Amino acid sequence: MSVETSRGAKSDPQVWQRESRGRVIRERIVKGVLAACAYVSVLTTFGIVLVLLEETLQFFRKVSIVEFLTSTTWTAAFPGPNAEYGILPLVAGTLLTTAIACVVALPVGLGAAIFLSEYAPVGLRRWLKPALEILAGVPTIVYGFFALTFVTPLLQDVFFGNKLYGFNALSPGLVMGVMIIPTVASVSEDSIYAVPRSLREGAYALGATKREVATKIVVPAALSGIMASFILGISRAVGETMIVAVAGGTLAQFTANPLQSIQTMASYIVQVASGETSRGSITYDTIFAVGMTLFVMTLVLNIISYLFVRRFRETYE
Amino acid sequence: MSQSSTEVARQSKPEDGGTYTTSVGVRHGFDRIFTLLLLVATCVGLVVLAVLLVDVALDGVPELDWQFITNFPSVIPEKAGILPALVGSLWLLALTSLFSVPLGIGAAVYLEEYAPDNWLTRLIEVNISNLAGVPSIVYGLLALGVFVQLLGGLTGGRSILSGSLALSLLILPIIIIATREALRTIPDTVREGGYALGATQWEVIRGHLLPMALPGALTGVILALSRAIGETAPLIVVGAAAYVTFLPAGPRDRFTAMPILIFDWVREAQEEYQLLAAAGIVVLMGVLILTNSFAIWLRNRYQRRY
Repeated sequence: MSVETSRGAKSDPQVWQRESRGRVIRERIVKGVLAACAYVSVLTTFGIVLVLLEETLQFFRKVSIVEFLTSTTWTAAFPGPNAEYGILPLVAGTLLTTAIACVVALPVGLGAAIFLSEYAPVGLRRWLKPALEILAGVPTIVYGFFALTFVTPLLQDVFFGNKLYGFNALSPGLVMGVMIIPTVASVSEDSIYAVPRSLREGAYALGATKREVATKIVVPAALSGIMASFILGISRAVGETMIVAVAGGTLAQFTANPLQSIQTMASYIVQVASGETSRGSITYDTIFAVGMTLFVMTLVLNIISYLFVRRFRETYE
Repeated sequence: MSQSSTEVARQSKPEDGGTYTTSVGVRHGFDRIFTLLLLVATCVGLVVLAVLLVDVALDGVPELDWQFITNFPSVIPEKAGILPALVGSLWLLALTSLFSVPLGIGAAVYLEEYAPDNWLTRLIEVNISNLAGVPSIVYGLLALGVFVQLLGGLTGGRSILSGSLALSLLILPIIIIATREALRTIPDTVREGGYALGATQWEVIRGHLLPMALPGALTGVILALSRAIGETAPLIVVGAAAYVTFLPAGPRDRFTAMPILIFDWVREAQEEYQLLAAAGIVVLMGVLILTNSFAIWLRNRYQRRY
């Protein structure tokens, strides 16, 4: 390329124009390739929806959608003529562990966010924030191991004795809550940080104490961002897989008792996928139908969270 | 309790011409309790993290020896090792970076530098932030449907290739978001200076923007890859095997990975297997701590303000 250019410079007065035409073409090619990279994400979404939809439709040819959505018995792990395919027990298990996780993660995450942005000195904040974020980087299988071999025995010894089953909803729910703390804290903190200083100073000028400023001025002003962080945390908990797969058990029960063994949607998929299942069998189809339900639930939560975030951006930027 | 709080409410009502009557001492007392609660909330997570690390280390470190790293999984716990899982995880790591890094950085450059501000671009952006929130197991189902079943002839079915494609799609949004943020911090004067010298847009990007954004983008890439190393659920759905008694020779071979083997050991009821799982976790966490410290070092070393 460079050899050609230097040769052309002597003999061909049009070289710059040619060169620039080459550059225009190269620019177009580069732009096209980069745009293609960006479209991969759209393809991914299409892929997810199509794959889930296709196999779910296969499933609904064999099982009625009414049974799927209303029956309270799920025995899909033992296929046969008497097998029942009602997703409610899996949904109940998912909501139960999610609720337990939220009891831990929402207040603790919000408290940490308020402390980090309003109370902690700059030096401390610089250390605390990355330290908290380590929690989000620990692999979920490690949390699962911790829930099963440390938290469950601890809860049995200290609080519940034999009433708490070896596999239960409580222990993975609590550990999941700890895992979600940084998600809630960091999104909440961003929105608390965005509250203009003048609001705080106005309240101080009226004689408010620091707590009153934090709870009556800052939190209400940052509410949409805080709500977004809560919903994001809930969505994480709904989709979390390995902690419950390890410590929650494999018994799909329609129950609200946190001491019992349960199964969530995601942990059902793991149970089936880690066994041998051939394509075309009804068990194979169930994991896609369950996956579809899971996908739709998290999608709705993510969209609500997105709308909240957009609202808080519009207010202060 | 309820009586005293109603009393406070009654007292604080500005009855006599708007004067506050709640004692300043009481209000500051509440303040102190509140500060304490916040401090506790901040520490809860850190305390649990510390307990978790100590618990895993106490169980796992005594089990660790060279044999554990170089042996194959075995039905005899004393002889079991993680060699194929370690090799499998390295294969996954290499292929996942090969796919996700160019794709992610390319997409970020397009969205930040080229994309016009229209509905299509906004759709892609909303779509990416949504993909970041899709549960990892759903990516496993996508890979099972597309890479294992539909394109099984190309990928070799339940292979390293299918697994790393699933992980690539999973971490793509993280890489895109981090790279876009790095590009956004570069001031427009850099771009305008390049154009003023006659450079084309791509020449400015290749010669100036990418090198300047590299540290930020690389930090995001390493964090994303360390998430990929720890992912279990999508690999289970893709069909990673637990007991693999050979080392994979190519991307189309069957495989196992560290989290998969740990999951398999955790599920065994025997005490010995639980200890093996702990030892596996120690190795996994060791790898993650190394990669994450590298990311933090990189960020501190090259962090610049314009």
